Amino acid sequence: MRIALTATCLGDVMFPQAPRATALLLERLGHEVFFPERQACCGQMHVNTGYLDEAVPVVRNHVEAFSPVLDGEWDAIVVPSGSCTGSVRHQQGMVCRRAGLDDLARTADAVAAKTYELSELLVDVLGVTDVGAYFPHRVTYHPTCHSLRMLHVGDKPLRLLRAVEGIDLVELPAAESCCGFGGTFALKNAETSTAMLADKMTHVKATGAEVLTAGDASCLMHIGGGLSRIRAGVRTLHLAEILASTKDAPAPVAAGATDGSAR
Amino acid sequence: MTRTFLGLPVRRGARTLPDDVAHPGGHGTSASAGRASDAFGDVPHPDAPLRWGDAFPDAARVALQNTQLRRNLAHATSTIRTKRAAVVGEVPDWEALRDAGSAIKTDVMARLPELLEELERNVVARGGVVHWARDADEANRIVADLVKAKGVDEVVKVKSMATQETGLNEALAAEGIAAYETDLAELIVQLADDMPSHILVPAIHRNRAEIREIFLARMGDAPPDLSDVPRELAMAARAHLRRKFLSAKVAISGANFGVADTGTLTVVESEGNGRMCLTLPETLITVMGIEKVVPTYTDLEVFLQLLPRSSTGERMNPYTSLWTGVTPGDGPQEFHLVLLDNGRTDVLADEVGRAALHCIRCSACLNVCPVYERVGGHAYGSVYPGPIGAILTPQLTKASGGLSGHDDPNASLPYASTLCGACYEVCPVKIDIPSILVELRAREVDADRGRPTGWGAAMKAASFVMSDARRFGLAGRAAGLGRVVAGSSGRISTLPPPASGWTRSRDLPAPAQQTFRDWWRDRPVDEPRTEGGERP
Ligand code: SF4
Repeated sequence: MRIALTATCLGDVMFPQAPRATALLLERLGHEVFFPERQACCGQMHVNTGYLDEAVPVVRNHVEAFSPVLDGEWDAIVVPSGSCTGSVRHQQGMVCRRAGLDDLARTADAVAAKTYELSELLVDVLGVTDVGAYFPHRVTYHPTCHSLRMLHVGDKPLRLLRAVEGIDLVELPAAESCCGFGGTFALKNAETSTAMLADKMTHVKATGAEVLTAGDASCLMHIGGGLSRIRAGVRTLHLAEILASTKDAPAPVAAGATDGSAR
Repeated sequence: MTRTFLGLPVRRGARTLPDDVAHPGGHGTSASAGRASDAFGDVPHPDAPLRWGDAFPDAARVALQNTQLRRNLAHATSTIRTKRAAVVGEVPDWEALRDAGSAIKTDVMARLPELLEELERNVVARGGVVHWARDADEANRIVADLVKAKGVDEVVKVKSMATQETGLNEALAAEGIAAYETDLAELIVQLADDMPSHILVPAIHRNRAEIREIFLARMGDAPPDLSDVPRELAMAARAHLRRKFLSAKVAISGANFGVADTGTLTVVESEGNGRMCLTLPETLITVMGIEKVVPTYTDLEVFLQLLPRSSTGERMNPYTSLWTGVTPGDGPQEFHLVLLDNGRTDVLADEVGRAALHCIRCSACLNVCPVYERVGGHAYGSVYPGPIGAILTPQLTKASGGLSGHDDPNASLPYASTLCGACYEVCPVKIDIPSILVELRAREVDADRGRPTGWGAAMKAASFVMSDARRFGLAGRAAGLGRVVAGSSGRISTLPPPASGWTRSRDLPAPAQQTFRDWWRDRPVDEPRTEGGERP
């Protein structure tokens, strides 16, 4: 299958290991991966902060970067992020319509219909749960809010993780509770966000996991930033990184790399 | 007789609030300005029940320091969440019921004037009297005049959000009328001179030890050996209220639903206090928000399934009272229905925001909200807290969009959410609260366009950069310079405002040495396909 990759703005600049792992994983599974160079950002940050006019050019750029999918250039678009996929699917059309751009809205909706979050693409479109990964570590999974409640990915990420060879997957208590990130919420309501983060970290530590994984780099940046601050000794890895990990090319869980930050 | 402005006669042992506390200033009054020194509550009684206290971030900061509150709330909300999930899970057609509830409400909003007139005709035809109140003051005046016409200075009340919203108890007290709340949790709040913090369980921020203290100090006739066993507390309240039920000549209630095609009003409750109020007194006055009308009697079938499971986590609420006008020789012989607007027609006129009027006040969205669970209801500065409050209060008070001034504390409410979507998922009438929050944020931003703000400038710059791959690529490379700030640890632990909001409690990883974009471009074309997550 010919698959176009959305790196996401955060993945491109701050967490390139997530889109990189996505590309390598899909190639390992025998697919052809493309990176439409015109892409930048899906517009989610602007939308969620209320800057809908400012979101229009961002959304337009995204839609135009990926619209070749409608001409059969690629078979599908993959996004290693639940919230970016959610924004593409549930916000871009609204932004265009609100600005009176009905044609662009229709194109956005059509592109969105070909866009999948990573676990959706693997399980629903490609029909695999065992991707041949190897990751012999104790791992806990945080289902991010948008993947859970906007996309309804359900247990797809967990099915993928369970099939990973050597993994010791432990359940996260109160897993479905928000980590408190919420984009600019973390700044505008920093204290409340921190209170939510504190509870999430307590649950993560209670699992005894050495790795926390999720399908969104943004939430991992938040929880990982907190775990790093308290020197919790828990590393954060994007779901794609674990699925891309093999015996020959293991995802790094090196000593000193336990703070969840990018290397 | 001197009374607290809540209507509690002093002879019953309640203290009198000093005059200067009784009516703190207008909108934006800070929580501390009107604080009564010896009150159980942290919150003074506001002039404006839809706008009190500080902006949300400030009010939340104070609330977060209250460890007792956080413990009480975490316990109470998780208990009720579990109960709700269990009873909702056993209904096979739950999603279809939600769709039905949503469809009925959409239909109601589409033809509200016609349905209200139909309701009025049918209430009048069955012997009731209908009053129309444009705003809170008008509603309060209508009720006070009706009570005074009966020549009484005491009324019993069924818990009602509409009369919380109008500040009816305070208005009646100003007219020398004492209003006795008969719902247990509402009684606790009233005795404590507190404000409600939840729309179903207004005293959810209290634990039983606190409730015992409040009863002993304020009830007047609480047994001196009262323990904090829930059953004993309930029995004390019951004995206390019983006399009131039997002597009251006038009762005041809200309504969960008003049925247009029959003129029937509905109250659902758990304790039976409502049933007593609705049947024993000679006169019944019901204050109902105009959005509570439903077209037909059979529509109740949908809502009476959705409401109890969503709200108390019960399959069926213990008491469902339905009454239609006046029945000679049975129940109140005089019935008044006060239809309250108070900003609702403005909300109705708004295509996106109007869905907030679909709310049936079940409180499920509060119980699942991770923000509400941490900060409690008082931080929202309105009798409507939580997710529904965050979309309803700013609309009822015209706070979003700068209509009431840029410093309106209610303008901060749409930002009091991570947009996690838990509220939308449980709402029995499928109100898309996150989307309405975004819309209200957008309105705020649009109203602010004339004024230079830091956020506005940052978002404009980001829009410029993020709408073009070349600019974004350059910015990505420049971000790599952040590695200098991070130093050898690879983590950033202090940043200037507003980013300091982040680094106060979290590190930020250094931006990647090489962006994904650059890695992709530099990648050898014949790179072995098996390479794993190796990092440069
Ligand atoms: S918004 Fe929905 S969930 Fe919240 S109180 Fe209203 S009906 Fe219940």
